[in-house]
Amino acid sequence: MDHHLLVLQVVIPLCGAPLVLLVRHRVASYWAALTVAGVALGLAARIVYRVATEGTLSYALGGWVPPWGIEYRVDLLGAVVVGLVASVGFAGLLFAPRSIAHEIAHERHYLFYTLYLLCLTGLLGISVTGDFFNLFVFLEIASLAGYVLVGLGPTKRALTAAFQYLVLGTLGATFILIGIGLLYQVTGTLNMADMARLLPGVGRTRTLVVALAFFTAGLALKAAIFPLHLWLPNAYTFAPSVVSAFLSGTSTKVALYVLLRLTFGVFGPALAFEWVPLRTTMTVMGSLAIVVASAVAIYQSDVKRMLAYSSVAQVGYVVLGWTLMSVNGLTAAIIQLVSHAFTKAGMFLALGCMVLRLGSADLAKLRGVGRRMPVTTAAWLVGGLGLIGVPATAGFVTKWYLVSAALQGDAWVLVVLIIASSLLAVAYVWRVVEVAYFRAPDDAANGVEEAPLAMLVATWLLIGATLYLGIFGSAAVGVAKRAAEMLLQVAP
Amino acid sequence: MTLVLGLFNYWVAIFLMMVGFFTVIWRSNFVKKVIGLNIFQASVFLLYLTMGKVHGGTAPILNGSGVYTHPLPSVLILTAIVVGISTTAVALAFIVRIREAYGTIDEDELQQLDDAS
Repeated sequence: MDHHLLVLQVVIPLCGAPLVLLVRHRVASYWAALTVAGVALGLAARIVYRVATEGTLSYALGGWVPPWGIEYRVDLLGAVVVGLVASVGFAGLLFAPRSIAHEIAHERHYLFYTLYLLCLTGLLGISVTGDFFNLFVFLEIASLAGYVLVGLGPTKRALTAAFQYLVLGTLGATFILIGIGLLYQVTGTLNMADMARLLPGVGRTRTLVVALAFFTAGLALKAAIFPLHLWLPNAYTFAPSVVSAFLSGTSTKVALYVLLRLTFGVFGPALAFEWVPLRTTMTVMGSLAIVVASAVAIYQSDVKRMLAYSSVAQVGYVVLGWTLMSVNGLTAAIIQLVSHAFTKAGMFLALGCMVLRLGSADLAKLRGVGRRMPVTTAAWLVGGLGLIGVPATAGFVTKWYLVSAALQGDAWVLVVLIIASSLLAVAYVWRVVEVAYFRAPDDAANGVEEAPLAMLVATWLLIGATLYLGIFGSAAVGVAKRAAEMLLQVAP
Repeated sequence: MTLVLGLFNYWVAIFLMMVGFFTVIWRSNFVKKVIGLNIFQASVFLLYLTMGKVHGGTAPILNGSGVYTHPLPSVLILTAIVVGISTTAVALAFIVRIREAYGTIDEDELQQLDDAS
């Protein structure tokens, strides 16, 4: 059992999905899905524990020895991402039933749970696989399920948002496929570790540049790195609340993880950053993201859309940490990956509670919600403080490492931009806080009461995780630092 | 000459790639966008198959001596074709639903309808 840990992490949700489909009954299918997600979370915890104590795990699929067979391989960074995806996935499912009861027709709930598990399968698969083509297939499983999840949104605009997401997502995935093909053409292998070993001997050919360009562009589309984020605001705004939370916490983060893995684990900084001008390009994109997207977020009247633009900005921090190329910079990128996933997913869930009770995420509707739903609004507030980077939240830890890495690299402009972006975050978080706490509630909101317990528990699990990382984060920072050092050392 | 004829398949792949990409971006009709996506994906299939092809190679079935075409790219593309079909199916399903909800599948008209509401 323990020997097959890595493959079970994928196979169990993959087999769980059609089972949930067969159950059909609304309540029974929910419990089946929750059980599967719970088992996935348990396996993920076991993987994290084993990787932390034993080091990198490897599994040869079907007994075919890598690099001939498909290898599943989880190192420290992979384990972090597996744990992240499984926990956000479980919290989302805990939250789901009451929330989607108002957003999706009851007879379609079992389909929702099936898709949710398929999306979870794909995302977990990306995090455990050590094979590029396998990664592409899992990416498409996660994406296809993701498009349909977005399309299940309550208004008809969800359909156009999902279609737009599908077109751009498929373009991104095909770009990735081209990149994988060209890499296969020059190295003759699809195994990531094997490719990393062979690439330095290939020589600096144009094929390699084109492969890296296509692969990065595709991943940037999937990770919504500014200016390739155009699908994201609509998709997150019109998707069901729980789907916005789930996708914001996992889908873009997994794409960023692949980007880290590709540039450091496979290409190595010498090829990816010094020979190809990827570093300059990405620094510009990341800097624009944290300033422009934060500024746009201030002007949104729909809070869900505000959070979506804020996500684009927060992805920019990961990109910046990644391009700084130092241990501190990468540590910041990895912590930001995790902390933003928990923070933003938690905030979307808190907003989902408000939408459930108030019927809309419009800023005007949130008047006085702080008095009607104190527990929910407090969760949103803590998340918002995390986005700003107030001490005692995980966001602060990120910014601390990011700024110190920027100072180390003498990148003063970045320090100024990071502080400017934090101030912009204060502005958009304050707009909601002011309306929620300092305006008198509408008469129409008289009967509004606190959200159901399961939804609050799910929300606070995620928000609590960011507080935990912010206050007792030294162990987590240690893990991130070890993962960062490992990434830099793997590079030749 | 070898640049044109020797790399003929690659030129075709690049041409199809451009045609598909252009169609996805330029056309406002959603069905045409999906067709563009399909052409774009097909160009990548061609790229993979070309790199596996060995001149004069046959199907890789072991029956004595001979030159074989590399089977792995073909197998990969088999998977990619399935992915492509699934994507097309989902996209067309969305188009049907959009048509039911809005009465049009033209991007510009949909934009106007969304702005008006």
